[in-house]
Amino acid sequence: MVQVRLSQMLAGQSGQVAELKGQADICQRLLEMGITRGITLEVVRFAPLGDPIDIKLRGYHLSLRRKEAEAILIQT
Amino acid sequence: MEHPSTLISSRSKTSPKQLLVALAGNPNCGKTSLFNALTKLKQKVGNYPGVTVEKKIGRMMGSTPDRSVDILDLPGTYSLAVRSPDEQVARDVLLGQMPDTPRPDVVVCVVDAGNLERNLYLVSQIKDLGLPIIVVLNMMDAVKREGKVIDLVRLSQRLDAPIVPTVAMKEIGIEELKKEILQGTRRVSTQRLQLPENLQHPIERLVQVLKEEHGLNPSLAYSEALIILSKEDLKNEPLVIHSPAVKEVIMDIRQSLDQQEINWRSAAIEARYAGIQNILKDVVQQNSPRRISWSERIDRILMDKFFGWVFFWGIMGMMFFMIFSVATIPMNWIDGSFARLSDGLKTFLPPSELRDLLTDGVIAGVGGVVIFLPQILILFFFIGLLQDTGYMARAAFIMDRVMSKAGLHGKSFIPLLSSFACAIPGIMATRAIENPKDRLVTILVAPWMSCSARLPVYTILIATILPAASAWQKAGIMLFLYLLGILGAFAAAVILKRTILKGSTPFFIMEMPPYRWPSLRSVILQMWERSCLFLKKAGTIIFSLSILLWVLMSYPKSPSADISAQLNHSFAGRAGHLLEPLIKPLGFDWRIGIGLIGSFAAREVFVSTMNIVFNIGNADNHTEPLRAAFAQATWPDGSPLFTPLTCMSLLVFYIYAMQCLSTVAVVRRETNGWKWPVFQLVYMTGFAYLASLSVYQFGKLLNF
Repeated sequence: MVQVRLSQMLAGQSGQVAELKGQADICQRLLEMGITRGITLEVVRFAPLGDPIDIKLRGYHLSLRRKEAEAILIQT
Repeated sequence: MEHPSTLISSRSKTSPKQLLVALAGNPNCGKTSLFNALTKLKQKVGNYPGVTVEKKIGRMMGSTPDRSVDILDLPGTYSLAVRSPDEQVARDVLLGQMPDTPRPDVVVCVVDAGNLERNLYLVSQIKDLGLPIIVVLNMMDAVKREGKVIDLVRLSQRLDAPIVPTVAMKEIGIEELKKEILQGTRRVSTQRLQLPENLQHPIERLVQVLKEEHGLNPSLAYSEALIILSKEDLKNEPLVIHSPAVKEVIMDIRQSLDQQEINWRSAAIEARYAGIQNILKDVVQQNSPRRISWSERIDRILMDKFFGWVFFWGIMGMMFFMIFSVATIPMNWIDGSFARLSDGLKTFLPPSELRDLLTDGVIAGVGGVVIFLPQILILFFFIGLLQDTGYMARAAFIMDRVMSKAGLHGKSFIPLLSSFACAIPGIMATRAIENPKDRLVTILVAPWMSCSARLPVYTILIATILPAASAWQKAGIMLFLYLLGILGAFAAAVILKRTILKGSTPFFIMEMPPYRWPSLRSVILQMWERSCLFLKKAGTIIFSLSILLWVLMSYPKSPSADISAQLNHSFAGRAGHLLEPLIKPLGFDWRIGIGLIGSFAAREVFVSTMNIVFNIGNADNHTEPLRAAFAQATWPDGSPLFTPLTCMSLLVFYIYAMQCLSTVAVVRRETNGWKWPVFQLVYMTGFAYLASLSVYQFGKLLNF
C-alpha cells in the first residue's frame, strides 16, 4: 500500500481516501463535502494554469487548490 | 451572542391558519427555481437583521385567506455546522432563533436527485432538528438521463419523510408539492442516525449534559452533540463557552476516543455518510451502464488548456462588446430623448426658475440615472446566465490561480470584471463569495476597476493631451489607465489581506455543478430584481445629487446673464474657489474643483459641468468644443491650465479617487454599516490625492 497526497496525483488517476491530515477547518469542510475515509476519488483535471484541481467523488465534481489537496492522503 | 437558555424557545409562533415553510438545500440544487415556481412573482427580498445574507420570502400560489402559506428561501448551504454567515442564518432560522422570523412549521429539503449522496448530508442534519420535513427530489429528469432508477417509496420509508419528485425549472411536480405542503400529515421523524457502537455512549453523555445544562429538548441536544463533537475549534460555540460542564464532558470524551484511536473530528461525519450510503444502496439502481455525462463532455472542451482560454475570453469579450458597443445604441437614444424633452419644455414654458429646475435639475437627474440602465441590464443578464448555466464556477476555477496571487478567491473575478462597467453591480455580485473576508476585500478594491462613467472623462483628457494622436495611440493610453487601476486594486488586495483583513487562510473548496440549460425566465427575473435594486440605491442618490448640484450651481443668482459668470458667483463656484488651495498642488484650479464636486453624482458629470464652466452650449456627444476650450484655458497669470501634466494628474485622480456616492451607499448596504464605506472613501481618495500630487510635482521637477 502506497500513500500519496492528492496534490501529487496526476490527472486521470484515482484512489481511495486513506486519511485527512491538515488544518482542522479545512479538513472538516472536506469531510462534510464527502471526502471521508475509504471513498474513491478521481483527479479529473487541473485548471489551465495548473491550480486548482477538479476532482470527482460520490458522483459529483469538486474543485480545490493544491494546498487543500495536500491534506488528503490517497491509497493507490 | 445569544444566551444559550433562549435556544429552545421559538420567538413567536405563526397561527395555525398561517404556515411558514422553509426551503433548505445545497447551493446548485435548484432551490431558487423551486421557490420561483411556488411563489411566482409574489416575493419580497431583503436582508436578515445584522448580516448581509439575503432573505427571500414569498406567498405560495394557491394560498387562500383561511390557509396562507409563506415560503422562506434559506441560503444554500452544505452543512449546518456553522462556519459562514449563510450557515449561521440557515441554522438560526431552523432553530427559531432569528429575530423577526418565526420558526418554520415545515422544512422542505430540496435535493438534487442527480447528486443524492452529498445532498442528503444536509437533509440528515436537518432531520436531527426536530421539525417536520418534506424531501423534494429536484431535477429528476437528469436521473433518467443517467440511466438510474430511484425507488421513491423505499427512499421515503428509509428517510421516514414524504418525498415529492420535481423538475422545478419545467414546473413539474409543483402542484404535488403544494398539495403535500397544504394537506400532508406533518410529523417529526423519531428516526435517529445510526452511530457506530463506540460513538453511541459518548454522544449519549454529551446529549445528557446539554439537556441538563441548557435545557435543550432531546432532538436539539442530539443535533448539537454531533456538531460540537466534530469541531476542533470550540471558541465560538455558545453552548460550550457558557457551560464549563459541557466543556469538561467534551474534553473527556475526546480524550477517551483518542485513546481508542477513534478520530472524533471525522467519526460523526463519517457515520452520517455511511448511513446515507446504506440507504442509497437499497434505493438507487443503475440500469444502463454509466456513461460520461454530456456535462463532462462539455468540460473536456471548455476546461481544455487551449480552448478553455479561447472560450473564456470569448465570453468575457462578448459581454464587454455588448456593454460598451451595443449598449450605446439605447444609451444614445435615452440621451437624445431626455435632451428633446428638456428642449421641448424650454420652448413650451416661459423662462422661470421652476422651468430651469425641471429641465436642468429633474430631467437631467432622471436622465443621468436611466442612462446607466442598458449597461446594468446587460451586465446582470450575463451574470445571471453565467450563474444559471454553471459556467460561473468554471470561470472561478480558471481564474483562481491569478486571483489567489492577490490573496483573492476565484469567485472574485466576475465581480471585479463587472466593475469595469459599474462598480455597483460588481459589488452586488460579491454575494457569491462565501468567505466574508474574501468578499470584503473584493468589495474594497472593486471601485479601482475603471468603470464606464470614467470613460468620457478619460476621453476628453486624452484628447486634450494629444489632440493629434491616432485612435490606436489613444486606445493604448486608455489601456494603460485601465492597467493602473487594476494594478492598484491588486496591490491594495495584497496589502489589505496582510494587514487589517488578516485571518485564517481562506480556502477554495468549490462544487462544480453540472452544466444546465438556463431558464430565460429565471435569468430575466434576476436581472429585474438586481436592476430594481440599482435604481433604488444608485438612482435615488444620483437623482438627488443632480438636483442638489443644480441648486449649488444656480444660486445665489448673479446679476450677469452669462452662465459662466453665474457659475463663478454660485455656491458651487465658491466651493471651487474654497477648494483651490487644496488642489492647486495637484495642478487643478477652482474650475476643475467644481468638476470634481459634480463627479460625486457620477463621474461623467465632470464633462457636462465643464461644458457649463467653459460656456459651451449644447455640445452633447462632441468632445471637440470642450477640448478647444481646455486648450485655451489659462491660470490668472496667463499660463495654460490644461498642460499635459495637469491632465495626467487629473487622470490619475479619476482612476483612484472614490468619487461615486452611489457606490458608497451600496458598500454600506453590502457591508451592513458605515465603517467600511468610510474606510474605502478615505483610503481611495487619500491615495488618489497623493498619487496625483506625486505625478504633478515630480513632473514639474522634471520640467514636463
